[in-house]
Formats: sequence, structure tokens, C-alpha cells
Amino acid sequence: MIQDLFADYIAVLIAAILGILLVGGALMGNYILAPRQASRAKSLTYECGMLPIGRSRTQVHFRYYLFAILFLIFDIEAVFLFPWAVVFLDIGKAAFYEMLFFMLILGFGLLYAWKKGVLSWR
Amino acid sequence: MIADNPWLDGLVRMGIIALAMPLAVIILTYVERKISGRMQQRLGPMRVGPYGLFQGLADTIKLLTKEDLRPQTADRWTFELAPFVVVVPVFLAFVTLPFTADLFVRNLGLGLFFIIAVSGVSIVGFVMAGWGSDNKYALLGGARAAAQLISYEIPLVLAVVAVAMIAYTPEAGRGSLNLVEIVDGQGRVPFIVWQPLAFFIFLVAGLAELYRQPFDIPVAESEVVGGPFIEYSGIRWSMFQMAEFVSMVLISVLAALLFLGGWNWPLGNGAGIALQIPLILVKTSFFILLFIWLRFSLPRLRIDQMMQFCWQVLLPFALLQIIINGWVLVYGWPDWTLGVSSGALTLVAGYLTYRAARQAAEEPVSPRLHRVGSVL
Repeated sequence: MIQDLFADYIAVLIAAILGILLVGGALMGNYILAPRQASRAKSLTYECGMLPIGRSRTQVHFRYYLFAILFLIFDIEAVFLFPWAVVFLDIGKAAFYEMLFFMLILGFGLLYAWKKGVLSWR
Repeated sequence: MIADNPWLDGLVRMGIIALAMPLAVIILTYVERKISGRMQQRLGPMRVGPYGLFQGLADTIKLLTKEDLRPQTADRWTFELAPFVVVVPVFLAFVTLPFTADLFVRNLGLGLFFIIAVSGVSIVGFVMAGWGSDNKYALLGGARAAAQLISYEIPLVLAVVAVAMIAYTPEAGRGSLNLVEIVDGQGRVPFIVWQPLAFFIFLVAGLAELYRQPFDIPVAESEVVGGPFIEYSGIRWSMFQMAEFVSMVLISVLAALLFLGGWNWPLGNGAGIALQIPLILVKTSFFILLFIWLRFSLPRLRIDQMMQFCWQVLLPFALLQIIINGWVLVYGWPDWTLGVSSGALTLVAGYLTYRAARQAAEEPVSPRLHRVGSVL
């Protein structure tokens, strides 16, 4: 069993290494084949043909942050749902009602966010 | 097993995928350009080879020999590592994606969970590309990509959970995260009949995860000029393109496996590999062609419409689908109640979307002048 699991996840490791080699190989091929002639104009960032004004390390609007928090909540719910979805029938009705209660609490949170206007991208 | 040694076996199988991936991208690019040409009443690529068949090859050579530029002010490591972070997770997802009952790299017990978990990492790559480029459009595109991709990930995952709940295996009963078991469980009736709502949510959220039209808000040419990829050129840019097309294949195969019965329906499990491969190929191409068709038929959504649709329509309905599935399964009601309730909910969701779209068409939103000063 442990051996099987080991054999399975060796493939994941190999895939990760091969993926890195694939991208790295393409970049290496480009490094060998492509011409290189640096100039100041080429190494400027694109800004509609004008000279770029200032750096672009600006602040990001607050609403992105709110959606990130909402995402965290519901993604963690999804993580809880995955094991539950496979075994809840073996445990019985209590497992279903517990998860229903959990989902209702989070659903109530979603309604609260909705009412506060968080979901409407203002 | 091709070889007895798990290292060698994994290497051979992943090597085949690694070779097939760029090839599939070249073919799909050609197909997309040809179809877009026909839809816009032109011929598409015609010059290189018969009917322009070698256009993809010519493009690859061109991209490979193009100068690789990096802006001087860019954050060097973030900029250079972003293509790796975008491509490698998509590649990893293919470890456990079965094409037929015997044709896969590894049949992981938690295959579906593995695919979902791994493919989510790509989002970090888009943010890295957006941040590292030191470009205002790229930063805006990166922030948009983060917002869109994380938002649509939730309905996608919940739709997948709904399918995992009803997947049936003779040994363990209901509930499985193994893709081979999920496909084998839909012998006579594919899951699209029992779960039309989950299928609808999966398709829309999957399309949004691919950031293709009408969900191409992070890379919209007329708004953010290519978004996070704006400063990338040559082969480095084509890595992002490859990730996009390969994820399109991934989502299409996944949709075919989860909802259309994969290699199993309608021929049954004993049809043999010679019939199963064409079957899965047809189902996958159906979704790929649907995505390409949608790309040239629908206008781009506004970012507020896109986010509202995700959080106010898709997410509540995905939760409802899971609750109803649990209800039906716990009380052991017959299977048709699943299909009927899910179908009714699909109609409700469709009606709500239609009504919202009509309202949006009637009342133009007045421009808010106080926001003009903000960059993002």
C-alpha cells in the first residue's frame, strides 16, 4: 500500500521536474537562438508609446482585499466539503445536518456581505 | 505499467505528455485561427503549407528566435519565475487525468482533489507576472486576474464536490474522488442528467478560469492591453499561451469525464480502447469547440457584472446543489429527484441571470466621477 502510494507520487515529482525542464528548455533555446541587443528604449516598460510616468508600485483598491477574504472563507469551506462528500453517507444523517448547519452559517455570512454591498464591486 | 521501475515508468508516461502538450497547443492555435477566420468571413492562415497547416510551426520558430526583453525596472526574479509558476501546475494536473480506463499516468486515489488543488497554484503566477513587470497595465491585469480566478474557483470546486457526492461505486457506495471510479459510475446515464445545475456552473466557472472571452477581463486588449503578459515577449510569452490552451484541454477533458460519462457512456466499459479513445476525443473536442465558438460570439462582460454573477448567482446555486444532493442521498430518495430538482434550479438560475441582464440593458449605469482619480 505504502509502496503503491510512493509509486504514485513519484510521478508527481517527475512531472514537476519535467515541467520545470520544459519551460527552462524553451527559455534556454530562446537564449541560444535569439539575437540580443540591449538598448535603453527597449528596456523601458510599455505605456502607450509615451515614456512611462513613475513606477507602477501603486496601491491596490480595497475591494480586491474584501474578495480575497471572502475567497478564503469559502475555499476553506470547500476543503471541508471534499472529505465530507465522500464519507457522509457512511456516518449517517447527523453528518449531513452538521454540514448543513455549517453551510447555513457561511450562507448567512454571504447574505450579510451581500446586504453590505461587498459583492457588487463598488 | 510500462516498466517495472516506478521512476522509469513515470518518466516515460510524463515524457509522452510533455511532448504532446506543445503539439496540442500548436494544433489548437491553428484550429482556433481557422474557426475564427470562418466565423468572420475570411480564410484564416493560408500561406504556410497547404491551407496554412504549418502556420503553428512557423510561429513557434519565430517566437523561439525572437529577442527576449525584460524591462530594466522589472523585479527580476518575480518576472522570470512567473512562467514556471503558471505552466508547471497545469502540467502537474495531467499526472492523474485519465483519458480512458487504462490510459493515464497515475490513478491517484484523490485524483479530482489533486487536480483542483494543483491548478489553483497558477493564479500566483499571474499575480507574479503582473507585479514583476513594473507596468501599470500589468499590475491592473494581475489584480483583475487574481480577483476573477479566485472568485470563480469556488463555484468550480463546489460543482465538482456535487459530482463527487453522487459518484457511485459498487464496493464503497456513493462518494468518490477518484476520476476512474467517477466515470465508471455513470454507465447508463451520464451525470449531466442528474446534475444539470452543477454542469452549468462547472462550464461557466471553467470558462472564467480560462480567462477567455467573454471572461477575458484580466487580459482585455482594449482595456489593459494584454494584462499581466504585456511585458513578456517571444518564447516567454508563449509559455503563458501554452498554459492557457493546455488548461482549456484540461477543463474540457474534465467536463467530459465528470458530466458526459467520459469513455464509458454510451458504449459501456467493455468497448475496448479502440472505441474509447475516439469517444473521449469527440467529447473533449465538443467542449473545446464550444469555448472557441463562445469566444467569437459573445461580448466581454464588465468586471462588476462578472463578479456579481459569480458571487450572487453561481455561488448560492452551487451551495444549493450540494445541500439538495445531500438531502436526497441521506434519505435515499430515488435518483430522478436529483435530476428534477437540479433541472428546476437550473431554470431558476437561468431566469435570474436573464432578468438581471435585461435590467442591466435597460438602465445604463451613470458614470461615477469620484473614481476618476484612482488608478485601479
